Amino acid sequence: MRIEAIRAWLDERLSISTLAALASKKEVPVHRHSIWYYFGGMTLFLFAVQVVTGILLLLYYRPSSETAFESVQFIITEVKFGWLIRSIHSWSANLMIATLFIHMFSVFFLRAYYPPREITWLSGVFLLFVAICFGFSGYLLPWNKLAFFATKVGTEIAGVVPIVGRPMLRFLRGGDDVTGATLTRFFGFHVAVLPAMATALITVHVLLVQLHGMSVPPKLIGQPVKKMKFVPNFLLRDLIGWILAIGVLAALAALFPWELGEKADAFAPAPAGIKPEWYFLFMFQTLKYIPAKIWKIDGDVIGILAFGFVAMLLFLVPFIDRSPENRRRRLIFNVCGVLALLYIVGMTIFGYVT
Amino acid sequence: MRPMKIGGPADQTDRCTLATAAAQFSLCGLCGSLCLCGGIAQENIHHRGTEIAQRSTERFSERTRRFVKQPAAIVPALATRRTFTFALRAMIVLTLFTLASAQKKSSCIECHSKLQDARLSAPAKLFDNDIHHARGLSCNDCHGGDPTADTKEGAKDPRKGFLGKPKTLDIPAYCGKCHSDANLMKRFNPSLRVDQEREYYTSVHGQKLKSGETRAATCISCHSVHGIRAVKDPLSSVYPSNVAETCSKCHANADYMRGFPIPNNQYALYKTSVHAKALYEKQDLSAPTCNDCHGNHGATPPGIASVANVCGTCHGRQAELFQVSPHKAAFDQRQFGECIKCHSNHAINKPTDEMIGAGQKSVCITCHTPGDKGYVAGDQMRTRIDELLASIARSTDILNSAERAGMEVSRPKFEMKEAMDALTHARVLIHTSSIAEVDKVAAPGLAASARGYQAGLDALAERSFRRKGLAVSLVFILFLAVLVYLKVRQIESRQAAAE
Repeated sequence: MRIEAIRAWLDERLSISTLAALASKKEVPVHRHSIWYYFGGMTLFLFAVQVVTGILLLLYYRPSSETAFESVQFIITEVKFGWLIRSIHSWSANLMIATLFIHMFSVFFLRAYYPPREITWLSGVFLLFVAICFGFSGYLLPWNKLAFFATKVGTEIAGVVPIVGRPMLRFLRGGDDVTGATLTRFFGFHVAVLPAMATALITVHVLLVQLHGMSVPPKLIGQPVKKMKFVPNFLLRDLIGWILAIGVLAALAALFPWELGEKADAFAPAPAGIKPEWYFLFMFQTLKYIPAKIWKIDGDVIGILAFGFVAMLLFLVPFIDRSPENRRRRLIFNVCGVLALLYIVGMTIFGYVT
Repeated sequence: MRPMKIGGPADQTDRCTLATAAAQFSLCGLCGSLCLCGGIAQENIHHRGTEIAQRSTERFSERTRRFVKQPAAIVPALATRRTFTFALRAMIVLTLFTLASAQKKSSCIECHSKLQDARLSAPAKLFDNDIHHARGLSCNDCHGGDPTADTKEGAKDPRKGFLGKPKTLDIPAYCGKCHSDANLMKRFNPSLRVDQEREYYTSVHGQKLKSGETRAATCISCHSVHGIRAVKDPLSSVYPSNVAETCSKCHANADYMRGFPIPNNQYALYKTSVHAKALYEKQDLSAPTCNDCHGNHGATPPGIASVANVCGTCHGRQAELFQVSPHKAAFDQRQFGECIKCHSNHAINKPTDEMIGAGQKSVCITCHTPGDKGYVAGDQMRTRIDELLASIARSTDILNSAERAGMEVSRPKFEMKEAMDALTHARVLIHTSSIAEVDKVAAPGLAASARGYQAGLDALAERSFRRKGLAVSLVFILFLAVLVYLKVRQIESRQAAAE
């Protein structure tokens, strides 16, 4: 009786019954590609893990070149379960980027960006870049040697972009070199700017998914497709995935705790074989193999511009391929997608092997 | 006097070889100043040239006078043209004069470099790389004579101060003419010492030379001659990495050293030493070579009482401890050469812990016998060092294991430096020959090492705890996942039944 009274009180103020009615109406198509629907939710879950563990890390982390390394060292050695929180934060970040890529490619190949879902795609691509920026900015925060030099190389590459490169490099670094000023602003991006952007974009993205419903692959349109209730059927299946994800994160954190390394030293030589995080490796590897000069233009500049062009194409995907009617275009997109996937996977593996 | 063709007999119609192809001017064979011979060697050409120059000046003055008398209308144009022509000619003459002056004549080099006898041509050829040449000095600055003379007789005229080749006994004074002159040396290198000659005569080399022994090393024996390079030049015979080889040319030559009552294996022994390894293998130019212990210009073997002072210039702490140890008085009494008694002199090997104690390789047992105070002290010090060493090895091993298991142990590893520093310090303190002094640092070192070991144990225990915790968590997580799965199955069964 008392619970009913509370529910009624809340319903009067929050219209919970309306939301519950909407949720009960939401359905998920069931077909042989349904498995890919889970990766969006999994990415969102891992983002939530990032938020929670990030807030916990914030309780002890001190963002300055003098204290950052020591504070992370303190977290993983002195703080009760600090090692677990820090390792989960690092592993979860990497898994999130991985599930984000899987989600993006599944949406690409299943043509889930067809009208009216163009803005859903756009917000997703923006979220991909925000996630990558999260990774790049967060990597520097422990202020260890590898992160220091990887940031140096990474920002140097950004500085190659014609016209805006140099000002961008100075803006990112907070000066000409990677210093404590860089750490402070990367911290600012990581805990304020990027979370705000991510929250806004996730809200838009999720609301649009609710608005347009789950996309059915064009091949299956016109065929009878089974449906599953989102609440509770799909949500509980999602929950199983999330619980298992927690298990995977716990295992990774306990068996392969994320290393801290040595404290950054601007005067020390760069460690041999320095490599960026795995999700940047295919670009890094590509830049390594581009000749120094191509028609009197720096190879690096051409490489960066090429990647910029590909990123722009990624945004334009739903505006170029708008209908399943054009089979030739569909074939070209499939081939391009497969080639891009093979290139990313191949170059990443090659980067680790060499 | 006729101008001489260099390397051949004089001929009245010979082209003056001192004139360059580019310039119509050369240096006067008589006074060395600018000569206007125009490339044709003739008697008193310079002085005739001077007359020509004087006549040209007079002609120019006459032209100027005539120019001044020109009608006023054409004066500005003419004045501009003639002033320009005059300025141009003056500039050309000045430039050529400057170029000709810069090429200072040295008939010594000219002649000697073309001589067939290598003994006589070598000095001229070597001189190009000589520091003295680089500083603008020439043959006559040491040997006297007149390098501007075109004849051998003129160049080597004793009336012009020609000294020739100095005798071996005179070499230190010969070099000392400049190198002992503070005022002169300031002009070339204000920081260069000027007491080398004085110091040389305090050396064994100097003493021997003074007694008439011409085999004794003089300035040129070490610095070479005519091709003398600056000490900081890596090609110099006295550059740190070349010193031992330079000394060995005499000191390792048994024939040369015959009659001198010293061994000739110093170089061979030195090359086996820790100092030579540092110098040649690690390229550490601060590592000692011959002159760092023996001195350079005042080279002499350090006396028994001063060995510790010599070694102490680098190994200050060890020397200081030795001076207050019971060994000091005992060594003095027995006329032992302090440091070298245990460490040897030229073949100084890297010290090992085996050098102390009662083992076979111990140097203590060369004097001490079982049961005496020194024997016991040596044995105790060795035991303490071994304990500390073993403790550090054990702690480092466990910390490395923990690190390999992914545990963060950088702080205890860093703190292990305290134990390692204590080990180094204890090894130095054995020079006190006092177990109490060694214990003062070994005890905190053992404590630091024990803390490191405990940190390693804790890290491994933590790893074990994490794995157990993971196992329990995974069981719980899987149980939860199965529960949710069963719930889904239950819901879907109900939904299917309802449909």
